[in-house]
Amino acid sequence: MTFLDVRGLTVRTAEGRVLVDDLSFSVAGGERLGLIGESGSGKSLTTLAVLGLLPSGMTATGSVELAGTQIVGATERALTSVRGRDAAVVFQEPLTALDPLMRVGRQIAEPLARRRGLRGAALRDAVGDMLAQVRLPEPERVSRAFPHEISGGQRQRVALAMALACDPGLLIADEPTTALDVSVQAEMLDLLDSLVRERGMAVIFVSHDLAVVARVTDRALVMKDGRAVETGTVHDLVRSPRAEYTKSLVAGARRLEAALDLRSPR
Amino acid sequence: MTPVLELRDVALRHRGSAVDAVQDISLAVEAGHSLALVGESGAGKTTLLRLLLGLARPTAGTVRFDGAELSLRDREQMRRFRRSVQCVFQDPYSSLDPRRRVGAVVAEPLRSLGIDTRSSAVPKVAAALDRVGLPADAMDRYPHEFSGGQRQRIAIARATVCHPRVLLADEPVSALDVTTRVKVVDLLAELKQEQGLTLVMVSHDLSVVASLCERTAVLEHGHVVEQGDTAQVLGHPAHPYTRRLIDSVPRLPA
Ligand SMILES: Nc1ncnc2c1ncn2[C@@H]1O[C@H](COP(=O)(O)OP(=O)(O)OP(=O)(O)O)[C@@H](O)[C@H]1O
Ligand SMILES: Nc1ncnc2c1ncn2[C@@H]1O[C@H](COP(=O)(O)OP(=O)(O)OP(=O)(O)O)[C@@H](O)[C@H]1O
Ligand SMILES: [Mg+2]
Ligand SMILES: [Mg+2]
Repeated sequence: MTFLDVRGLTVRTAEGRVLVDDLSFSVAGGERLGLIGESGSGKSLTTLAVLGLLPSGMTATGSVELAGTQIVGATERALTSVRGRDAAVVFQEPLTALDPLMRVGRQIAEPLARRRGLRGAALRDAVGDMLAQVRLPEPERVSRAFPHEISGGQRQRVALAMALACDPGLLIADEPTTALDVSVQAEMLDLLDSLVRERGMAVIFVSHDLAVVARVTDRALVMKDGRAVETGTVHDLVRSPRAEYTKSLVAGARRLEAALDLRSPR
Repeated sequence: MTPVLELRDVALRHRGSAVDAVQDISLAVEAGHSLALVGESGAGKTTLLRLLLGLARPTAGTVRFDGAELSLRDREQMRRFRRSVQCVFQDPYSSLDPRRRVGAVVAEPLRSLGIDTRSSAVPKVAAALDRVGLPADAMDRYPHEFSGGQRQRIAIARATVCHPRVLLADEPVSALDVTTRVKVVDLLAELKQEQGLTLVMVSHDLSVVASLCERTAVLEHGHVVEQGDTAQVLGHPAHPYTRRLIDSVPRLPA
């Protein structure tokens, strides 16, 4: 069953500059879709449009239907009931998404209290569980820390924990592993994998890393200059890319992989 | 040869913390020999860069610049330090002043070092933006009007606009797609070649490390567990953690 259906989504600035151009795709319940593409191609704006979170001044046209609710043109009130329950997002830059003045534990507790009605000791335990689930060390200290008192990759995992705490129908993760070393990244991808399976969560996974996308999703959409240039299984995209941009993406990825295999600088 | 930057037996413990964030660190950065810092999230990589930048003071050991201990009170040394060393922070957005246009943000090192006036900086800023693949009209917009990867490139343009001797960069390409990443790696390689730039780079992308840095240090839990020539460290890792790191690199489907 279709959980998210995007038809002809177009995003414009106040001056009329088109940033996302006539984009269409859909995600079924429990399905995982990768969004890859050039820096500045409109991936983050697309994810924001799905939740009705575009920056002020920008307008969306077309249709975004999320779990039966039309998001384009929806009132703030209708959007509030959708956010968190139907879809939650892990923003690209965790430092901008986390409240700098609130301790990390409390930021994770909020969605847990709201969504699961937990209080007191049960809530504290649930926060501890979430921190452990995203493999944060010293959960006691991290829970009491302010965002600037933990490392970049630790902040990214806090942001992931906050989104997972909402137990959403659709998880939108915008470059959720960019600040993680490859071994913690592998653990996070396994975590996503098992959670998504257990809870039947759908996922939109935005990433510039083809190998990571291949690991998490079955199908991917390639974007450039606000448009979808190609869509297909990750396997096909890597083996026989058709669009010029996809070809250069695969060639670039292969070149970097080759540098690692030679393991010495130029 | 005297290292440009050096950490000698350095430790740092954060206020209120029961353990050292980094401990027993000795690292030397020789001119022209770029150094990569790799390791687990939370291992202390950003902490080391902050120490090298003089933004944090070690609780033990010393930080040295051109052979002398780094001292915030030595104004002559600080002037040389600021002229020589630039950095790219891990969170690009929070390091860019949101109230200033990108043109002013990128020109800032040129202005504060007294190298250029507002108008004489403009062509250099345009060239620096062009090198990272951003159009000249980016100068008139504010940082929040850019994508994550574009902001990261704005930070790189700012750090390279005044031709520093040393660039300290914390995950400088983490938000870039592969094609853009290859361009930025080429740019940094060119700056190394042509201007003798010395790079100290934190990156979890081992292929970028292999492309740019002659030397690599591997951190785990606040300790350097292994350091040496990149080819040696990545090609014949001696420490189990390094091996695990290399084995976890996600690969493209064949
Ligand atoms: N508030 C804004 N005002 C004007 N233009 C904007 C604004 N936010 C983003 N843009 C522009 O819209 C385009 C798409 O941005 P978006 O953040 O969606 O890119 P992205 O694909 O997520 O890129 P990245 O991989 O670098 O994060 C970019 O060219 C960007 O400069
Ligand atoms: N202000 C602070 N107070 C207490 N602990 C801190 C503070 N800043 C960082 N830490 C802790 O010090 C350790 C090292 O942090 P650092 O930011 O150097 O890690 P990192 O190697 O850069 O990690 P990442 O790859 O995730 O960015 C982490 O466990 C972090 O939680
Ligand atoms: Mg983005
Ligand atoms: Mg860091």
